[in-house]
Amino acid sequence: MKSFEFADPRTETEALELMGDNPEQTAIFAGGTDLIALMQADVIRPDRVVDIRNIESMQQVYEADGGVMVGALVTLDDVLENPLLADYASLVQAADAVHAIQIQSSGTIAGDLCHLPNCWYYRSGYGLLAQENGKSLPELGDGRYHAVFGNSGPAKYVTATRFAPAMIAWGAQVRIIGPGPEDEEVLPLEHFYKTPRTERQGTTVLKPGQLVSHVWLPRIAGAVSGNYDVLQTAGLDWPLASAAATLELSGGRVSDACIVLGFVAPTPWVSQEAASALLGQPVTEETAQLAGEAAVSRATPLKDNGYKVQLAKTAVKRAILRSAGLLEGGL
Amino acid sequence: MAEETKREHTWGPRADNVLIGKDIQRIDAADKSSGRAKYSADINTPGTLYARLLTSNQAHAKIKKLNVDPATQVEGVRAVYVFPTAYDIETGESKELRWDGAPIVAVAADRPEIAADGVRAIEIEYEPLPFFVDEEDIEGAKKAEEETGIKRLKSLGDNKKGDVAAAISDAVVVHKGYYGVHTISHMCLEPHGSHCEWQGDDKLEVHLSTQNVSGTPGQFSGALGLDETAVHVQSDYEGGGFGSKFAADEWGIACAELAKAAGKPVRLMLDRATDLKIAGTRPSGFIEVTIAADSEGNIVAWDSDHWGTNGTGGGTVRLSGIPYVFDFANRNRKATGLVCNTGPNRAWRAPPHPQLCAMTQTAMDDLAAKMGMDSYDLFMKNLNQVSKGLADRADVYRDQMKIAAEMIDWKAKWHPHGKGGGNGPVKRGLGLALHTWGGGAGPCSCLLKVHRDGSVETFLGSQDIGTGTRTVIAIVMAETFGLNLDQVKVNLGSSKYPKSGASGGSITVGGVSSAHRRAAQDALWQIFDLVAKKFNVPADALAARGGKIVSGGQEVCTWQQATALIGPMPLEVQGVNGRGTKDGLTSSTVGGVQMADVSVNTEDGTIRINDFVCVQDCGLIIDELTARSQVYGGMIMGISYALMEERIMDNHTGRYLNANLEDYKVPRIGDIGNLQVKMYQPASEYNRGVVGLGEPPVISPGAAISNAVANATGVRVPVLPLTPQRVLDALQKGGAA
Repeated sequence: MKSFEFADPRTETEALELMGDNPEQTAIFAGGTDLIALMQADVIRPDRVVDIRNIESMQQVYEADGGVMVGALVTLDDVLENPLLADYASLVQAADAVHAIQIQSSGTIAGDLCHLPNCWYYRSGYGLLAQENGKSLPELGDGRYHAVFGNSGPAKYVTATRFAPAMIAWGAQVRIIGPGPEDEEVLPLEHFYKTPRTERQGTTVLKPGQLVSHVWLPRIAGAVSGNYDVLQTAGLDWPLASAAATLELSGGRVSDACIVLGFVAPTPWVSQEAASALLGQPVTEETAQLAGEAAVSRATPLKDNGYKVQLAKTAVKRAILRSAGLLEGGL
Repeated sequence: MAEETKREHTWGPRADNVLIGKDIQRIDAADKSSGRAKYSADINTPGTLYARLLTSNQAHAKIKKLNVDPATQVEGVRAVYVFPTAYDIETGESKELRWDGAPIVAVAADRPEIAADGVRAIEIEYEPLPFFVDEEDIEGAKKAEEETGIKRLKSLGDNKKGDVAAAISDAVVVHKGYYGVHTISHMCLEPHGSHCEWQGDDKLEVHLSTQNVSGTPGQFSGALGLDETAVHVQSDYEGGGFGSKFAADEWGIACAELAKAAGKPVRLMLDRATDLKIAGTRPSGFIEVTIAADSEGNIVAWDSDHWGTNGTGGGTVRLSGIPYVFDFANRNRKATGLVCNTGPNRAWRAPPHPQLCAMTQTAMDDLAAKMGMDSYDLFMKNLNQVSKGLADRADVYRDQMKIAAEMIDWKAKWHPHGKGGGNGPVKRGLGLALHTWGGGAGPCSCLLKVHRDGSVETFLGSQDIGTGTRTVIAIVMAETFGLNLDQVKVNLGSSKYPKSGASGGSITVGGVSSAHRRAAQDALWQIFDLVAKKFNVPADALAARGGKIVSGGQEVCTWQQATALIGPMPLEVQGVNGRGTKDGLTSSTVGGVQMADVSVNTEDGTIRINDFVCVQDCGLIIDELTARSQVYGGMIMGISYALMEERIMDNHTGRYLNANLEDYKVPRIGDIGNLQVKMYQPASEYNRGVVGLGEPPVISPGAAISNAVANATGVRVPVLPLTPQRVLDALQKGGAA
């Protein structure tokens, strides 16, 4: 790990000032569960690390604007335990599926939302786009864990966030601050993610000197939600595919639906097809299955990862059934 | 003469045992669980430097340029060592780097991150050379050989018996199948490495994580140009070896050289990625089989062709082990090794039986399915065709099959492959497999001392690799002397002690038990002679029980009164078990049966172990608790390579892609299911003496679990590990998804 300066701000403004000196070479430390590993592997080599853990304004969960504001530093344990989040079942399920008390106690929501890809080429120093001599390594080499959607460009990795699908399905908005001390913007979480076309572009809209301070979740009366991670092992393991659903029901039928897949594309993948297939239908094994099939109807697997299409379909089906309290399946 | 005849080294009657055969906690359990036990990775004498390695990021290359000077200029870097296997620093001649992870330079520094800075400062340029890493692709290996002229295929011969063609043409059922087991890496909890400290220029103290305390000093001294007397190897505790820790290793020599150059102690433990890449793998095996039976299910022919790799050596799973446990009158077999640019092979727990078992008994299971026959019946029927050397164990297998079947309720739960019914995506099935292992007692010598205050201790250059060797030795001594466990002391793990064999091949428990029983009985007889003289009782009537010397049930004296007769100097006795000694204290050849009940989710390809049973023999059991622990451990390692564990090589870059513990998957508690272990120990087992147990229980899980998945789904997932990807791909191909 390269030597670095360590900064310990107490306010958002202080953090932005400390990041502003040399924004390109500054990394944000929230839970540190992944940043440290990336620095040890020399994948990230910041000159300065800004530890935001002591910024009180980013530690809370509170009611705000007809919804709930979640600070960037809220941990997975907080998600599991905070009564204000109890109605967001899909979020709680996503936290519960992280089978490691260490990550649950240290890992933060914003850290998850900004988590860099787990792509083994990226982690071995081949860059986000994992190219060698202009050719895509996941395509030529081993892309078994790579994207089955949104992979027509150079990026083949899958997003590593475990919470964004559930949050996007709830219509979450993200508050971004910086680079100037007064700069602030709020945008739908769905629009936070982007698929880079060059190595210099990142996985999100965050520019150097910016950070995520809060996520806001609307309250939707009567809405139900579910999240399903397809995990190979019972321990700490990255999902092979995941899906989250938020459904509004009227007269026993789905009146509104948002279905978002995870670990299948370089960004969380909103499936209009799956939502459309469910609209006007009761939630049953059959309609959930059809929504799953609709979700993958336009999948574009690489040579090694056709099986992930089946997993994505299954994740959608189970997330929908789980939203309605109908999930059996599993082992 | 009568007395000499009586004084034979034997085990006592089973019913008289106080400790032997009971459930006894390890004597070092508290030290290990409290952290008092110091492993090699814990040794941190004052001034100890930390080492980091520069390793190759190429599958096959030469070094065009290497400049280590910038590393030496990093503040806090104390020594730099260039591996002669990579580069000759004197002549500037590069050796061939033949796999990802090959060590090139070691840097020792005051702190680990400074050592890493030193590694980063090294200037290196590679000249890439053609590589090949796709071990399953024999056609690809042929093509690579043709294109590059680099040898990629090595014939490992063939072997024919009977008339296979005629037998197949006469057979009622013929099955052709493809099966395989991918390479896995050694992944000991404690990585490979050592702590080296010089005393002057000519004495070297090594704390080595090793399975071979007595055998490694010479490896250091030879490489370092020292007298063998100059090197002391110590290994008090070890976090697993599994066959991968018999050597000083080039990184051990590097550690010693760095320590010498720096004039300070150095600890060099491999980081996890490097450990996975270079510290030993288990060879892969892929097999095409034709297997045929008559109408009764008697197997009449076996015809197989297999290949795989052990790295650059061009070996694979050994030809002579196919088929496994069974052998058939008409049998052809052939093997080809692939020369791959992958890390070197080392013995991996029961080499290469797990692969042999999975490559044989999956085909037998598919044959049974094709016949519509219960696999249990087919395996049972063919126990009259076991391989050479196992004929007299066939009845034991039959017995074990019956016991295991009862434990898992085989007859009630079994259904034809894929016919288990159920409406949902979850299918349940049963599978079984059988295994064998030698486990004969290895060489061991010990020096046992009885002091006049009654305390007892032993010294031996063996090692406890985590299996409970210390405890077993203590039980044997305490049982023999009629003492409690806390009255005997075991000193092992130092090359200064009498030499003892390496712990590999399940030979340790036999060796140490035999040597200590002999030494303890010899000592006890000398003490009996002293007691007989002093108390005027016949020596041959004496026994040691409950801290007393008794005669005909009457106390003659206490143990301390007896040992007081020894005099001021301790009574010293050497105990020796030579390799291959046949004295009734030990024996060899064990067997076992495992049966698995699994659920397969056909929607997502995940597999869960419901119940997994093992019936295992191992002769006379010294400590049933540690024996069962061995079996549990073996079954868990088996679940690991059956379902998750796999080295993933990238055919395009030649790199080892999953050399980390996120992507190199191993089971956690929730993946293990309900394990049930039954130690098979009728009087016939007790009477044959001690046999080793470390390896056998890891052999059957691959075949048993694969067979259970095939039984559940009706589709064979041909290659281990059975990941969701392979399960879903097989189901899709087999029309079941």
